[in-house]
Amino acid sequence: MRYWSFLFALAAVFSVAVFAYSYFDPEWWLPGGPSGDFRHPVSTAGREIDSLFSIVLWITGIVFIGTQVVLVWAAYRYSDSGDARKATYFHGSQRLEVIWTIIPAAILVFIALYQMGTWASVKFKSEAPKVLPLAKVTGRQFQWVIRYPGNDTKLNTSDDLVLVNDLHFVKDKPALIHLESGDVLHSFFLPQLRIKQDAVPGLTIPVWFDTDQAGKYELVCAELCGWGHYKMRGNVTVHGSQAEFDAWMQSALQEQARDQVALAGGVQGR
Amino acid sequence: MSTEMDTKSHDSHGISSSSTNGHGHGHDHGGGGHGHDDHIHAEPTNPLFKYVFSTDHKIIGIQFLFSGLIFFVLGGLLALAVRWQLAWPWSPMPILSKALWAEQGFRMPPEYYNKLFTMHGTVMIFYVIIPLLTGAFGNFLIPLMIGARDMAFPKLNMYSYWCMPPSFVALAMSFMADGGSAEAGWTSYPTLANSLWSTPGSLSGQTWWLVALLFAGVSSLMGSINYMTTIIMLRAPGMKMFRLPMTIWAMFITATLQAFALPVLTAALIMQLLDRTVGTNFFSPAGWSVANAPAVVGGGQTLLWQHLFWFYSHPAVYIMILPGMGIVSDIIATFSRKPLFGYKPMVFAIAGIAGLGFIVWGHHMFQSGMNPALGATFMLSTMMIALPSAIKVFNWLGTMWGGKITFNSAMLNATAFVAMFIIGGLSGIFMAATPIDMHIHDTYFIVAHIHYVLFGGSTFAIFAGIYFWFPKMFGRMMNEPLGKLHFFLTFIFFNGTFFLMHIIGMHGHPRRIADPTVYAYLQGAGITGMNQFMTINALLLGATQILFAANFFWSIFAGKRAGANPWNSNSLEWATDSPPPYYNFATIPHVYNAPYEYSVPGMEKDFLLQTEPRPAAAGPLDPVMS
Repeated sequence: MRYWSFLFALAAVFSVAVFAYSYFDPEWWLPGGPSGDFRHPVSTAGREIDSLFSIVLWITGIVFIGTQVVLVWAAYRYSDSGDARKATYFHGSQRLEVIWTIIPAAILVFIALYQMGTWASVKFKSEAPKVLPLAKVTGRQFQWVIRYPGNDTKLNTSDDLVLVNDLHFVKDKPALIHLESGDVLHSFFLPQLRIKQDAVPGLTIPVWFDTDQAGKYELVCAELCGWGHYKMRGNVTVHGSQAEFDAWMQSALQEQARDQVALAGGVQGR
Repeated sequence: MSTEMDTKSHDSHGISSSSTNGHGHGHDHGGGGHGHDDHIHAEPTNPLFKYVFSTDHKIIGIQFLFSGLIFFVLGGLLALAVRWQLAWPWSPMPILSKALWAEQGFRMPPEYYNKLFTMHGTVMIFYVIIPLLTGAFGNFLIPLMIGARDMAFPKLNMYSYWCMPPSFVALAMSFMADGGSAEAGWTSYPTLANSLWSTPGSLSGQTWWLVALLFAGVSSLMGSINYMTTIIMLRAPGMKMFRLPMTIWAMFITATLQAFALPVLTAALIMQLLDRTVGTNFFSPAGWSVANAPAVVGGGQTLLWQHLFWFYSHPAVYIMILPGMGIVSDIIATFSRKPLFGYKPMVFAIAGIAGLGFIVWGHHMFQSGMNPALGATFMLSTMMIALPSAIKVFNWLGTMWGGKITFNSAMLNATAFVAMFIIGGLSGIFMAATPIDMHIHDTYFIVAHIHYVLFGGSTFAIFAGIYFWFPKMFGRMMNEPLGKLHFFLTFIFFNGTFFLMHIIGMHGHPRRIADPTVYAYLQGAGITGMNQFMTINALLLGATQILFAANFFWSIFAGKRAGANPWNSNSLEWATDSPPPYYNFATIPHVYNAPYEYSVPGMEKDFLLQTEPRPAAAGPLDPVMS
């Protein structure tokens, strides 16, 4: 009878082992940047979120191990082995109830208050860096339309650069986008940068992010948006310097102009 | 009609009982011209009224049990199809590919994947977990455990069940509609769900989905009014509120939650239905057009749906777990042969969960575009709701500590509930923390969390409840070795299926995507391997349930005959025959005791039925804890 406790012990050991192992495997742990050094998050938000994640993982891990040890021990020690022993007749302890109310309450309030700073710095306008918007990003079925202001730094003018599924910004500089939706809900998710924000029909939502590592990243749609939701993927390129970004911007603008001429040429050629 | 007569006279029975309980003390029910005992009516002989349109709470409970278990099979198969696609994207699926997608080269069209998880979630939540916990156990157990002959409103109870078949039909219609079944997720967020052309399933499948949920909601609402009334008014003499077993407390508080939260969902469902059918604009912004459809007038708020939906559906999460907590409390106390540790704190913890449950819905909306200041508030209330859950866990462990535990099928499933609910509860803390949620929101981490609560929690509680009350329902025992084997395999494969979801979730694997290999960071052998491992475990988990079905049906007909009280348990349902006679109790029992008086010192036997007087040698009961 008491051997059933081993099954519960097995589940607990498996759970702890999986999380312990995950820290050593780049495909298991939180996703890392292009350099492959997955334990060093590449964005300001990422560093804060990962350290909060680790703190909560430690707290919940300790609580998990503690409760499972008690459970397994109780299942082992107090299972009926056919002897004449009687169960203790006991209705509870007010002191224990008070202890295990106040201590978890304090821990939970601590966890909640400890998160507030990061939450504010990532999502609140008042905390945000004062920068010009990098782009307006519109989610639509099933692509990300990204409108850069072009040379005049103003959005919605004739020299805007409009790209699909291609987000560019510069490393070590805070980027601000205005997130909109063109049809249904989408969610702007940068897994390596730990940024997520839903795009909501009728709302324009500011999103700030940064990274200290140049390279290629991915933009994920994380809110169900219809039959093609799974393939709503965007490329993210982080440039090493503002000059590199500017050069890319100029060539992209030229390409856009060529395409427009080609479009006009297409009409002519008919 | 005789049923009409039954109901009328039964109502008067309800009134007489309420007047006695209202004064806190029962008078002598054996004598007098208006006692309970005079109101036992003959069972209807027409099988149509005996088994189909029955007003007997036991039959209605078993009807909910059977329809819930049938839908469990459907929901499980849908889940297996989801898992198949995730492990081997776009590869031919057994049976379905040949039956449905021969023209597409046996390849599943992507919208089918969305249909699969939408209907899996819908079926499991609205047709399996809620009807099994409240419909089956609530109906069957409430009158038996409080010492009543039936529900307060037996006819309303019958209507409550018979609201479900129209719902089943509407759900089936959704599968057969133009464009196929609904595919906007079980949450059905606009504007995907309310725009006809946004995705194939929104064409007409979504309308049927809304109709199906409306009927299911009305059914639950009727049930909850009945449960509340019955528990308040029809308790047997001496059954004070603080002598109710935890299952009844949980049902009572769940019914209250349902009664207050469901009207909001009903209103929201009707609003979306009107948006889709008559052209109202509750959820679409001004001049909105989806998928090049003609623009609507608009002027609505997309986020309004999320607020209304979660105002119901967050409490619904507790509707799906509180009855399980009650069931597990009863089972753990019974098989530990020990009074429940901290009975009153357990009651207050359930009430606390229910109260806080109404002010935490915003935690589903941290990344939704809702004001982030509101998110900070909801984070604090959400953290606090972990507290009563933690208290409950500590009390269950306290109950087992020092007990004399018998690990049979019911107790094993109940212990698994505690062990797995700890995981589901702790993973909730990650999501309650708004910054961490920014990364893991809408990833497999939340899928892991919900399954550790709803499968690891609610479903193990349902198994435990079935193993425990099967003898009372059918008068026969379930097969123990088979039950233990079923538990052992279910427990192993359950963890194999769901635990690694935490890992792929924290690695950023989004939920609800048909093909993770679209993303470079999810293409590695690690993620693919984990997905395949989980799918194999899910298939084995599904196959294991055949053992349960076999045991269940075999035992109904050929199980060992059960006595009135096979587990030596204390509550009132064990004081009557198995299965109980029509009208439950020949004489309404008088209750003398708290429900968990096991191993009372100075007694020969280790249990004390609630109907038995407390021996003087045992001393007074602890007034603070029990």
